[in-house]
Amino acid sequence: MSDPAGEMALDARPAIAHGMRLQWEPAQDAHVLLYPEGMVKLNGPAGQIMSRCDGVRTIADIVADLERTYKQSGLTADVVAFVALAMQRRWLEAPP
Amino acid sequence: MNTSAPVGHALDAPGVAPGGTRSRSHTVGPPLWLLLELTYRCPLHCVFCYNPTDFANTGPELSTADWIRVLREARALGAVQLGLSGGEPLARDDLEEIVAEAHTLGFYINLITSGIGMTEARIKALKAAGLDHIQLSFQDSTREMNDFLSSTRTFELKAKVAELIRTHDYPMVLNVVLHRLNIDHVGEILAMAEALGAQYVELANTQYYGWAWLNREQLLPTRAQLERAEAATRAFRERVGAKMQIYFVVPDYFETRPKACMSGLGSVFLAVAPDGTALPCHAARTLPGLELPNVRGADVRAIWYDSPAFNRFRGDAWMKEPCRSCPEKVKDFGGCRCQAYLLTGDADNADPVCDLSPHHHLVTAAVARAERAAAAPAVAAPQSARAQGLTFRDHRVSIPVVIEEKRT
Repeated sequence: MSDPAGEMALDARPAIAHGMRLQWEPAQDAHVLLYPEGMVKLNGPAGQIMSRCDGVRTIADIVADLERTYKQSGLTADVVAFVALAMQRRWLEAPP
Repeated sequence: MNTSAPVGHALDAPGVAPGGTRSRSHTVGPPLWLLLELTYRCPLHCVFCYNPTDFANTGPELSTADWIRVLREARALGAVQLGLSGGEPLARDDLEEIVAEAHTLGFYINLITSGIGMTEARIKALKAAGLDHIQLSFQDSTREMNDFLSSTRTFELKAKVAELIRTHDYPMVLNVVLHRLNIDHVGEILAMAEALGAQYVELANTQYYGWAWLNREQLLPTRAQLERAEAATRAFRERVGAKMQIYFVVPDYFETRPKACMSGLGSVFLAVAPDGTALPCHAARTLPGLELPNVRGADVRAIWYDSPAFNRFRGDAWMKEPCRSCPEKVKDFGGCRCQAYLLTGDADNADPVCDLSPHHHLVTAAVARAERAAAAPAVAAPQSARAQGLTFRDHRVSIPVVIEEKRT
């Protein structure tokens, strides 16, 4: 587990971490992640990824959805890297 | 319940996601962080409370309908993090109603409490209403800290509330205000926090406003105490690893650069006092000449964007040297206005914590006095606190703030 990004399986089903809340804030024109006495404002791509992390969809599903929605390809590496970062920061969790 | 003054990590989470940094342009952003001090009533009498020392003379508390209107108006502007504080917010029997409205509006709701007044029935009702998080503070000061450390009555109460927090699936956040009389117990405090199942612990060194300002000479720790406390915290972190996150808030008197207080006044933070006074920081009543608006007479939009009080310290035109030409002004906004006023008599001066301030000697002198006082015969036993001249927060006494040095 020394390389979380490398270990991130495409069939993992990430979810917003326990005790965190993701919501869209019109005033900030952004998704924000809320937690005890704190807030992280997410940029566009991060918000698009996080808002699909519902504990049901796999990373592969999320990538496919994003590629379809934004008519792009080759997003896997970006999504995997962000999910790994978000897990490291405890914004996301992926139950086994 | 008052914890020491607010902590800088509130809206500055480390490693904000790409694009998450807030630009400091001339446009005024929304009051992202709303703090409602629902009441000054509190069963405790903490010597480090930041509430105004003349709080007994403030007007009547806002009604439920007033608080709900404030919530709606602030949420419409973009407020999203909500703190419910006081005094002890559980002293309001409409707390559940206020929480329910805030939840419906989409706030993330933090209850900042001593736990006194929390029951199984209330925590269930608060959960049902949509409360997101409870920060349980350990007041300590003197007798209570003694209780806490010796597992007597108050500790039992806290432990019971902590258990309620756990069983009702809230994140467990403990706050302990540190000062000369308890900072040597940091190791024990952390062990207690671990035993209670805390996920986050804030070790918040007292900041010197309100009652804490009155008691500064008795509360300021020594540098040796601070270093021991930091070492104990480091050792504890190494032992427990990531399961408990510990924020150690250094007392700024020991720093050479000021804290970025409130990320600049009028930037992200709006507090409303029990009587409806709107404040750009908790302690802003201290500042002379600031005509603080009241939510009874104005809506939150007008208060935030248009009132002179909230515009007074926006930007950097108000700054004096050395701040005005200092490249670090965009980082620390000149530090804390209340501290500048309390120590130098002029709220526009640099926060004297900064070693570039011509008044920095006032801070180093206070630290030196603390060193001398600590070298005197030990009087750390809580029972002797009153004998040391500590002033306990009490609604029966009303004390005007005393300025250390008048200078223009």
